[in-house]
Amino acid sequence: MDNPTVSGSLRYRLGLTLIGGAAVLAVLLFFAVRSYAVQVAQQGQDNILVASVTSMLDAAAIRDNAVEVDIPYAAFSMLTTPADDRVFYAIFQDGTFLSGYRDLGYLGPDAGLENIFGFANVRGVLVRQVSASRTLIGANKRTEVQIVLAQTQDALSATLDQISRNAALLGVGFFALAAALSVWATAATMGQLDRLTTSVTRRGPQDLRPFKNSVPQEMAPLVQSLNSLMARLDQSLSQSEDFIAEAAHRVRTPLATVRSYAEATLQRVDKEENREAMRSMVKAIDESSRAAGQLLDHAMITFRADHLEREDINLVELVRDLVLRMTPIAEMKDLSLSVQGDGSVPYAGDAILLQNAVRNLVDNAMKYGPAESLIDITVRAEPHPHIMVIDRGPGFPSHEISTLTLRFKRGQNAENTIGSGLGLTIAKDVAFAHGGGIKLENTLKGGACVTLSLSS
Amino acid sequence: MKFLLVEDNHDLANAITSRMRLDGHVIDHADKISDASAFVATGEYDLILLDIMLPDGDGRAFLKQHRASDLDTPVIILTARSQVSDRIGSLDLGADDYVTKPFDHEELAARCRAVLRRKSGNAQTTIVLGDVVFDPVAGHLMVGHEAVTLRNRELRLLELFMNAPGQVFSKQKLADRLFSYDVDVSENAIEVYVGRLRKHLEGSDLRITTLRGLGYRLDRDG
Amino acid sequence: MRYLITVFLIVFGQVVVAQDWEDHQIFNAENATTSLRIVSSTDTDLFAPLIEAFVAKHPDVGVDYFVTGTAEIDRLFRDKPKAFDIAISSAMDLQLKLTNDGFALRLNGVLHPEWAQWRQSLFAFTSEPAAIVINKAAFSGYPIPRTRQELIQALRARPEAFRNRVGTYDVRKSGLGYLFATQDARASETFWRLMEVMGSLNVRLYCCSGEMIDDLITGRISVAYNVLESYAAVRAESQNALEIILPSDFPTTMMRTALVSRDTLVPQQAERFIQHLVHQQSGADKAASSPLPLLGGEAGVDRATIALEPALMTFLDALKRAKFLSEWTSALIQD
Repeated sequence: MDNPTVSGSLRYRLGLTLIGGAAVLAVLLFFAVRSYAVQVAQQGQDNILVASVTSMLDAAAIRDNAVEVDIPYAAFSMLTTPADDRVFYAIFQDGTFLSGYRDLGYLGPDAGLENIFGFANVRGVLVRQVSASRTLIGANKRTEVQIVLAQTQDALSATLDQISRNAALLGVGFFALAAALSVWATAATMGQLDRLTTSVTRRGPQDLRPFKNSVPQEMAPLVQSLNSLMARLDQSLSQSEDFIAEAAHRVRTPLATVRSYAEATLQRVDKEENREAMRSMVKAIDESSRAAGQLLDHAMITFRADHLEREDINLVELVRDLVLRMTPIAEMKDLSLSVQGDGSVPYAGDAILLQNAVRNLVDNAMKYGPAESLIDITVRAEPHPHIMVIDRGPGFPSHEISTLTLRFKRGQNAENTIGSGLGLTIAKDVAFAHGGGIKLENTLKGGACVTLSLSS
Repeated sequence: MKFLLVEDNHDLANAITSRMRLDGHVIDHADKISDASAFVATGEYDLILLDIMLPDGDGRAFLKQHRASDLDTPVIILTARSQVSDRIGSLDLGADDYVTKPFDHEELAARCRAVLRRKSGNAQTTIVLGDVVFDPVAGHLMVGHEAVTLRNRELRLLELFMNAPGQVFSKQKLADRLFSYDVDVSENAIEVYVGRLRKHLEGSDLRITTLRGLGYRLDRDG
Repeated sequence: MRYLITVFLIVFGQVVVAQDWEDHQIFNAENATTSLRIVSSTDTDLFAPLIEAFVAKHPDVGVDYFVTGTAEIDRLFRDKPKAFDIAISSAMDLQLKLTNDGFALRLNGVLHPEWAQWRQSLFAFTSEPAAIVINKAAFSGYPIPRTRQELIQALRARPEAFRNRVGTYDVRKSGLGYLFATQDARASETFWRLMEVMGSLNVRLYCCSGEMIDDLITGRISVAYNVLESYAAVRAESQNALEIILPSDFPTTMMRTALVSRDTLVPQQAERFIQHLVHQQSGADKAASSPLPLLGGEAGVDRATIALEPALMTFLDALKRAKFLSEWTSALIQD
């Protein structure tokens, strides 16, 4: 059988697409969570800075024409962080430094409600700073108090590291879950294909019914095509079977009529030359009908052997049935059929093929066996199942033994015997189909011995 | 013996019936299933010869219906189909045997005999001539009170003679009935079988007379 | 290289020595290959056992121990960060600000509870309450005050007995005094009433706990407010005349802290010294005895310990300090 050309795998393609998508989503998720966390954390720090700077500004007042900023203890206390972040501040009055750290610069506008946030580098470290101002109105002057409050970001980056780790874990977890789901989804999807494949493979060669099992929508066209292919196959198969049957009927029935008339006539005519003509006619009819029969048989056997349908059978029973049916013909020639060997030989094979093969072997034996002689049929299971047919005839010509099983080949000593020469070929084909073979020998006494062996 | 032949080919049917009558059987012919059913309903038959392909249906359907109605008349199927594909089906449906067309009439007769022998008991088929009682179906021969065992060809040869005592059979005619057409038989072979029959009939009041140049004839003493 | 360092140390050492020190002692000078320069506000006799235990463990390290006031330590460190390896001070606020301003070295090898350290750079190693110390003679026949309120009442009841005989820190000169005063002021208004009462009695102002205790013993003053309990306890044992009172209304407890200079030349030895210090003071080593109080338990459980947090910088703000000092002055210095 030809194997189909394979290009890539749907399973891998689907799996890779899903897993790749999951990986991209996981990375996106990581960055989204992280950037959101950065925003939230920064917002948290900013809120505290604003609260602190606001409490400081609230404590600003003009006393005796001088600006006084009574920084509340809580203003710095609320800036306490687990990482002990450093705090810097500077207080200005109308841009003039009053107290705190001189190295901080006021970023904001002269006055305003808006707090200005920014990053700065103070003493070699990055700080988040907020600039805020408040207008104080004294007895005879307006003045602007401006405060810059800055804090390092150690706690924030520790928090962010923690969140990043969690986000990474989340991403990895999401990826693992999505990958597992992908594998599952791939398996489930492919499982549908596998199930269809299994149900196609499991069918016997004769089973050409359409597939009725429900399949996913996407697979429906495939199953439809498969069903229509099988319908056509079924139709053409039954057509050819019908054709064979019809052909046999059309050929054999007239032959039967002619033969019967010839036989009947033969009983009535006395003139020797007429009788001889009738005999020749019957002989010719027999030969052609036998040839037609074996040709049809052979066609049928070739078909069945290609789609071997094995069932459990008992070879001994099969041979006994056959012998019972052939006994009337054997008796007409005063021949005896004897079945010997094991009591039961179970075997899994095609009963019709095997019976046909054995019938051809026994036919041959009856053809060549002399009147009132014995034909031995032996069935044995060991060393492997085999059926041996021995007659008491002249045996095979020794130089032809190797070519006898070829199609239409007949032995030299068969000139006086009707037969198309297909009998041994059929037997050999059936044996081959069952993994066995056929062996032709002559017995010591000169009779033919044919052994049909089957695989064990 | 009374046979029913179900066959739609009239030529073949005629050939079979004329040949069966020649052997001394009574035979009715039906050319479709409905006729066959009518025959079976009104008459009693020892054997039915049944074709498969009939104008009003499959012969196997008739067989099935026949078996369902509890009649155990043996049935032999006449089939043109391949033996490979049809055999199992027809035997499973209850046919006793089958012959593939075209058939040797002697083979058909032999199969009929074998089937009848298997179902024997219900039919009396003996031929009594003088002190010889012969049952061609069972193959029994009683000479006086002695049972004699006959081989198949001896049996068929004796049947020929006993069905037509006093008639002369040429050696050639006898050979055509005893042997297949595929073997050339010497006239000596016929002499051997006639010799054997004479030996079996020794002591009875039947004998086989040789008519030189013409053949043989069964005569009864007295 | 070593020669150069030696020369450098000698030259630098002369500069340092030129300073006016309260005390200066050298430990393990003969064996040392390296030297730790420690500037401290703790009296040498209180700290010496800790240094001796250290040099016993590390014979190759010598210790130069300089003693001066807390404000002076802060100033020295800011001016010359390279001049000293370790700063030890009772002024938590100044130490914290030094750390905040980046003068302290981060020591990741020191294991210390979260509450007792800041930025892994500033390490607390004692818990020391501020106490009221009295000369018992002055209170014979009178109830001994247990709270600030009782002290106020006692002082008001007999103003003539206490005139010129009360003492406290001069917060303008003493960093620790300023720390105690600001924390007291933060806790309760009682502080200001006490200051006003003390001001009306013509209070004597001191730079250091030691001098206050000296004057208590001699009887020059009868009451000292916000004296370091640890200093007083050492003297009270020998001087039966003193009684140490830990105010039960709201106690103020500070922690003595140590930090290593950002610019130290011997960071490994300095870190080892801090490790030794916090280990000894944790009380884990039962055999070791230190005259200094141990660090004690978790802050705030039984005593309100001043927390190591940025808020300590509040009163160091120039405006805030000016305002506080002006209030303090007007309360205490009455003409």
